[in-house]
Amino acid sequence: MPGNILGSEDIILSATGIDKVFPGAKALNKVNFQLGRGEVHALLGENGAGKSTLVKCITGAYRRDGGRLVLDGVDIDPRDTFEAQRLGIGTVYQEVNLLPNLTVAENLFLGRQPRRFGLVDARAMNRRAETLLAGYDLDIDVKAELSSCSVAVQQVVAIARAVDLSGKVLILDEPTASLDAHEVEMLFAVVRRLKTQGLGIVFITHFLEQVYAICDRITVLRNGQLVGTREAAALPRRELIAMMLGRELGDEIKTVAKAETEEGPVRYRFSGYGRRGHIAPFDLEVRKGEVVGIAGLLGSGRTETAEILFGAEKADSGSAEIEGKPVELTSPRAAIRHRLGFCPEDRKVDGIVGDLSVRENIALALQARRGWARPIPRAEQERLADQYIKALDIRTTDREKPIRLLSGGNQQKAILARWLATNPEFLILDEPTRGIDVGAHAEIIRLIENLCEQGMSLIVISSELDELVAYSHRVIVLRDRTHVSELVGEAVTTAHIVEAIAAGEKQGASR
Amino acid sequence: MNPRYVPLAATIAIFVAAYALCILQYPNMLSTRVIGNLLTDNAFLGIAAVGMTFVILSGGIDLSIGAVIAFTGVFIAVVLENTGLHPLVVFVLVLGIATLFGALMGAIIHHLEMPPFIVTLAGMFLARGMAFVLSIDSVPVKHPFYATMKAFYYRLPGGGRITLIGGLMLLVFAAGILIAHRTRFGANVYALGGGVQTARLMGVPVARTTIAIYAFSGLLAGLSGIVFSLYTSAGYSLAAVGVELDAIAAVVIGGTLLTGGSGFVGGTLIGILIMGLIQTYITFDGSLSSWWTKILIGLLLFGFILMQKGFLYLSKGGRRLA
Repeated sequence: MPGNILGSEDIILSATGIDKVFPGAKALNKVNFQLGRGEVHALLGENGAGKSTLVKCITGAYRRDGGRLVLDGVDIDPRDTFEAQRLGIGTVYQEVNLLPNLTVAENLFLGRQPRRFGLVDARAMNRRAETLLAGYDLDIDVKAELSSCSVAVQQVVAIARAVDLSGKVLILDEPTASLDAHEVEMLFAVVRRLKTQGLGIVFITHFLEQVYAICDRITVLRNGQLVGTREAAALPRRELIAMMLGRELGDEIKTVAKAETEEGPVRYRFSGYGRRGHIAPFDLEVRKGEVVGIAGLLGSGRTETAEILFGAEKADSGSAEIEGKPVELTSPRAAIRHRLGFCPEDRKVDGIVGDLSVRENIALALQARRGWARPIPRAEQERLADQYIKALDIRTTDREKPIRLLSGGNQQKAILARWLATNPEFLILDEPTRGIDVGAHAEIIRLIENLCEQGMSLIVISSELDELVAYSHRVIVLRDRTHVSELVGEAVTTAHIVEAIAAGEKQGASR
Repeated sequence: MNPRYVPLAATIAIFVAAYALCILQYPNMLSTRVIGNLLTDNAFLGIAAVGMTFVILSGGIDLSIGAVIAFTGVFIAVVLENTGLHPLVVFVLVLGIATLFGALMGAIIHHLEMPPFIVTLAGMFLARGMAFVLSIDSVPVKHPFYATMKAFYYRLPGGGRITLIGGLMLLVFAAGILIAHRTRFGANVYALGGGVQTARLMGVPVARTTIAIYAFSGLLAGLSGIVFSLYTSAGYSLAAVGVELDAIAAVVIGGTLLTGGSGFVGGTLIGILIMGLIQTYITFDGSLSSWWTKILIGLLLFGFILMQKGFLYLSKGGRRLA
């Protein structure tokens, strides 16, 4: 096997021939995976490729159906995460990581609190927590509730806990998905430090730049099978994407200049629109068939802008006009009536209804617009669901599957389908490509371009500037909850956006 | 102030203010007699509420408490009447049964992934039904040991008495506070309330903890039944109807979030005292119907739920800005 170059004494974790079968699907098929000491090893693949399943088999969250798992020369078969932790395998997850209602120290030492005379010694625990976090350059109040810390700090606390607990293998499952660039750098510093301590680190992410920034080797899975393991330095990005997709991606991102729509009539006009404490008053015009991108750092007011446009937060100043007629967009209901649609950022919280089927999730917004007194006939719902499952290539075994069982990218597509089913004329997408794989990325970008060609007006919020530049006619840049700059036509470049964000970073950096 | 202490502080403030108001109107209420009676009269409710606090902290609910209390009372009375067993032996026996009963409910909740509401509702009917099977009528307890235990008290300056059962409640609260805040089991209870899935991923033994929580609640319901039996000197299958709801009210008024994960066992004691205080005030007044207790507790509960809601809203807003 290419890339399998480490001697056996350098290998800390070795998985051979791992099988995992779910009802109706073979999630892993004889997968091999080797992790070296002091190595950062990327585990990549499209959504549903089997990355999560493999990791869960290693951490004991799932029991594998076949294959061998050798940690430090010893065969292991962890029954649960608890046992895997004790054996030396720690995991940090993207979403569910720690308990927000406990203090930082309690989170670090849950299950292994220092005790005196059989009782938890809170003082010793807090002291040890401080010492532990000092090793990560983190100086925070360990007695504060975890929920009062920023996501990046929570993530480092999670890593500190995992490393302190296990100390042999650290699995990072999309740890950077909700971090901004500065926070990612802080996390990477931690990872590099751990690497020199001889830990084997598995890194799962969707950001390919991050893979190349920090990983030594890359293992790619596809449809539950191993595609290959390669040295990161010797694997060009194009080839990596080809490995992941099993096909050459036509053009990853279209970069041709966009047609000017400056001349078209303004369809949506918001003037002096704002809400105190959320977003400073701004003016915004959107034309038919136009994509307006919104850029800015995390917390700069991007999502707040979207929420106020959609009526999820009520504007307390300014007015809105559609085709010259003043309208009141004071609630999502009103916004839907005026043919607006909104795909929120955090699909787990604001978007999907996990226990409802794909069909029901797709029909939801349309049903809301028709009013609950006029149910959509079942046959019509099924037709809609089938149409969009096909049109957006939503990968699900059938339309009646609960949506929570789908992978992230497919959930995102289902939410998009929900809004497309209402035939909106104005669609707001908040981070439509966050947390989904490269293939789905390209598909969603293509979809955005198609929608705009069909005459839909779109507002797209994204942290991926390359993407934003590719499909936006105009880009609004936000900083400190204020619209600070608008880039049009030729001026829409990554460099200009970064410049506009950075222009005020001196004040913004203290955030 | 650390935001987690806000509901507790509100509870204490309400208790102090309410007591001050009572004293202003009836200066006699400031006596150790009133305080002693407050503890004695609410002992069974307080003990049961400690168990309820753990259950609610873990994000669950236990509706079987009142029925278990009734069953315990009837069981003790019937066994004492029909056998020559010493009451202490019967107590140990009945505590074992109640603990097992709770553990069984916990096991069903965890292993069959059933909502605690349904499982403990079934438990409530089961326990109440078993009490009826033992005896339909009220069975008096005439064992001399009961009189001995009732005669046992600590005299406070000013003529008040901390009775055996009042003192037992304070001990149970002390133990509850210690377990909640100074043991790994206690931390695990809070962890479950913060999120079962996350707790599992962090290596909390979810099965063991869930079963232990409901077993503990069952044990305390059994103990509460013993106290109730001492208090009333009888066992009656229709007794203690709705005590579980009073216990839930005390827990919520005590500042524990109904959604779990946040709160204090000590707060529940204050919750109990506030409820007892309202009752005492109505007794002192003499002209008010005792239904006013329910009305006031209802209003108080509503106020606390509103406060929790507002508190959650604020903390969520704060997080978004962070």
